[in-house]
Amino acid sequence: MAILVIAEHSNAALAPATLNVVTAAQKIGGDIHVLVAGSNAAAAAEAAAKVAGVSKVLLADNAAYAHQLPENVAPLIAELGKNYSHVLAPATTNGKNFLPRVAALLDVDQISEIIAVESADTFKRPIYAGNAIATVQSSAAVKVITVRTTGFDAAAEGGSASVEAVSGPADAGKSAFVGEELAKSDRPELTAAKIVVSGGRGMGNGDNFKHLYALADKLGAAVGASRAAVDAGFVPNDMQVGQTGKIVAPQLYIAVGISGAIQHLAGMKDSKVIVAINKDEEAPIFQVADYGLVADLFEAVPELEKLV
Amino acid sequence: MKVLVAVKRVVDYNVKVRVKADNSGVDLANVKMSMNPFCEIAVEEAVRLKEKGVASEIVVVTIGPATAQEQLRTALALGADRAVLVESGDDLSSLAVAKLLKAVVDKEQPQLVILGKQAIDSDNNQTGQMLAALTGYAQGTFASKVEVAGDKLNVTREIDGGLQTVALNLPAIVTTDLRLNEPRYATLPNIMKAKKKPLETVTPDALGVSTASTVKTIKVEAPAARSAGIKVKSVAELVEKLKNEAKVI
Repeated sequence: MAILVIAEHSNAALAPATLNVVTAAQKIGGDIHVLVAGSNAAAAAEAAAKVAGVSKVLLADNAAYAHQLPENVAPLIAELGKNYSHVLAPATTNGKNFLPRVAALLDVDQISEIIAVESADTFKRPIYAGNAIATVQSSAAVKVITVRTTGFDAAAEGGSASVEAVSGPADAGKSAFVGEELAKSDRPELTAAKIVVSGGRGMGNGDNFKHLYALADKLGAAVGASRAAVDAGFVPNDMQVGQTGKIVAPQLYIAVGISGAIQHLAGMKDSKVIVAINKDEEAPIFQVADYGLVADLFEAVPELEKLV
Repeated sequence: MKVLVAVKRVVDYNVKVRVKADNSGVDLANVKMSMNPFCEIAVEEAVRLKEKGVASEIVVVTIGPATAQEQLRTALALGADRAVLVESGDDLSSLAVAKLLKAVVDKEQPQLVILGKQAIDSDNNQTGQMLAALTGYAQGTFASKVEVAGDKLNVTREIDGGLQTVALNLPAIVTTDLRLNEPRYATLPNIMKAKKKPLETVTPDALGVSTASTVKTIKVEAPAARSAGIKVKSVAELVEKLKNEAKVI
C-alpha cells in the first residue's frame, strides 16, 4: 500500500500545506510518494525530497502543468493514482479545484477536508459549517482525500528521497491561464500564522484596519477579516476567515468588531485561545471566546498595541 | 446559449443544526430549508446572462426529494425558464449527483452549466469539478467574475493568494463564489407566474444512473465544546491573562 501526496507548490518552492498532508499520510501508514506537477519545478521537487517520511518524489515537468489547471493535471494524477491506495491533496483552493476532477476520472467518491485519520479507510470531517463532525468510511479502491491543513502538524525536514521524472498527458487544450493578481503582504501567511488578528464590520472602514495592522506587526501576527468586512470593501477577499474563506487554527485568535456568525466561527473555532473585543456584550463571539472584552475597539486596540 | 443551473435544497444558513442523540446524523425534522446560498448566486448569474442577451434559455435542475420543488419554484420566480427535478430520496454522494447531472447535461446540451462552489450542509465542494470531469468540459471554479468572449469564457477565480483569470473553451462548467454577484429577491408577481412555468420530474432509474456510493457515514457527533471563557474588565487585565495564564504572547 502506497500513498500519493499531491504537492502544493509555486514551482520554485514547496508550500507549507504539503507538509501537513504528509503528516496525514503518515497517520494512514504506508510508503509516501509526493507528486510535483509543474513547469521548471525541480526546486520544489528537491524541497519535497527533504521532507521526513517521503520515500519518493515524482516530478512531472511540463509547460502544461505550470498553473496546475485541472483540465491538464487531473488526467495525470488519475493515471498515476491508479497504482496507489490513497491520493491526498491539501484542501487549498488549488487542491479543491483539481482533486474532485481526479476522483471522478477514477470513478470514486472523494472525502473532503479530513481533520483526523481513524484508520486507513476511516476519517473524520466537519459538516454543516463545523457544527457536526462526521466519521466516514470508504470502500473505494483508491481513496481520494483532501486534507484540512490545520488538522495536522507540519512534517519535519530530514528526508532524503529520490526524485524520479514522470510524464503524463500534454495540454488538453480546453483551458488557458490568462493572469493573476496576488495580494502583497509582508505579514505571515494567514493559514500558517501563530497569531491572527481579525476585523469585522465594526471596524467601520478600510482605513481603520491600520489599527489592526499596527497590533499585528507588534505581535508578528497575520491579519484576517470577516465576510462583512470583505463585502463592505474594507479589505481584499483573500483575508476572509470562515466557512467560505480560509480555515485557521492559530495559538491566538483576536476577533475585533466581529459578531461571530456561524459561518465565521467555522473558520476559527479550533484556535487555541480566542479573544473577542466587541462593544455588544450579547455578540455570539463571546460564547466561544476564552477572554472577552466589552469595549469600544477604537480605544481598546491602540491600548492593547501599547501594552503587548 | 442555453444555461443549465443546478440548485440544492439545504438547511437554511441561519439555522444552528443539532446532532441527533443516536449519532446517526443531524436533526432535520421541522427545520427551515432554503436554496443553498451559492446556488442562489448561480441562478442570479444565469439570469444576468439572459438579461445581457447572452443566455437564451435557463433550465434549473435539482436532485432531491419531492419537496425540493419549492427551491425549483424559487429559481423559476427569479427568472429561470423551466425546471427539472430528479426525484431521489437518498442522501446522495457528490459523485452520484454529478452522474445524474451528466445525464441531464447529455439531454439538454447546455453551453454553460453553473453550480454553487459548495453546499453548506455537506461542505464537500466536489460536484461541479466532478461534472466537469464526467462531461470532459473545462471548469472555472470559485468564480467571482464571468465574461463570455466569443466561443471562450473568461472566468476570474478566487484563489488563496488573490485572483486568477482563466479562459475556458465552451461548453464549460462554472462554480460560483460569494462575490460573483448579489442575488435578487423574487417579487410576488414573479412567484405567482413561476407556478405556471414547466417543471418536469424524472427518476435516477429513468436516467439510467446508479447512485451507489463507496463512502458511508458511520456516525455524526457534535464538535468538542469549548470551555466557557471569562470576561475581562480592562485591556491591562487582558494582556496580563494572555501573558501569564494562556501564555500565548
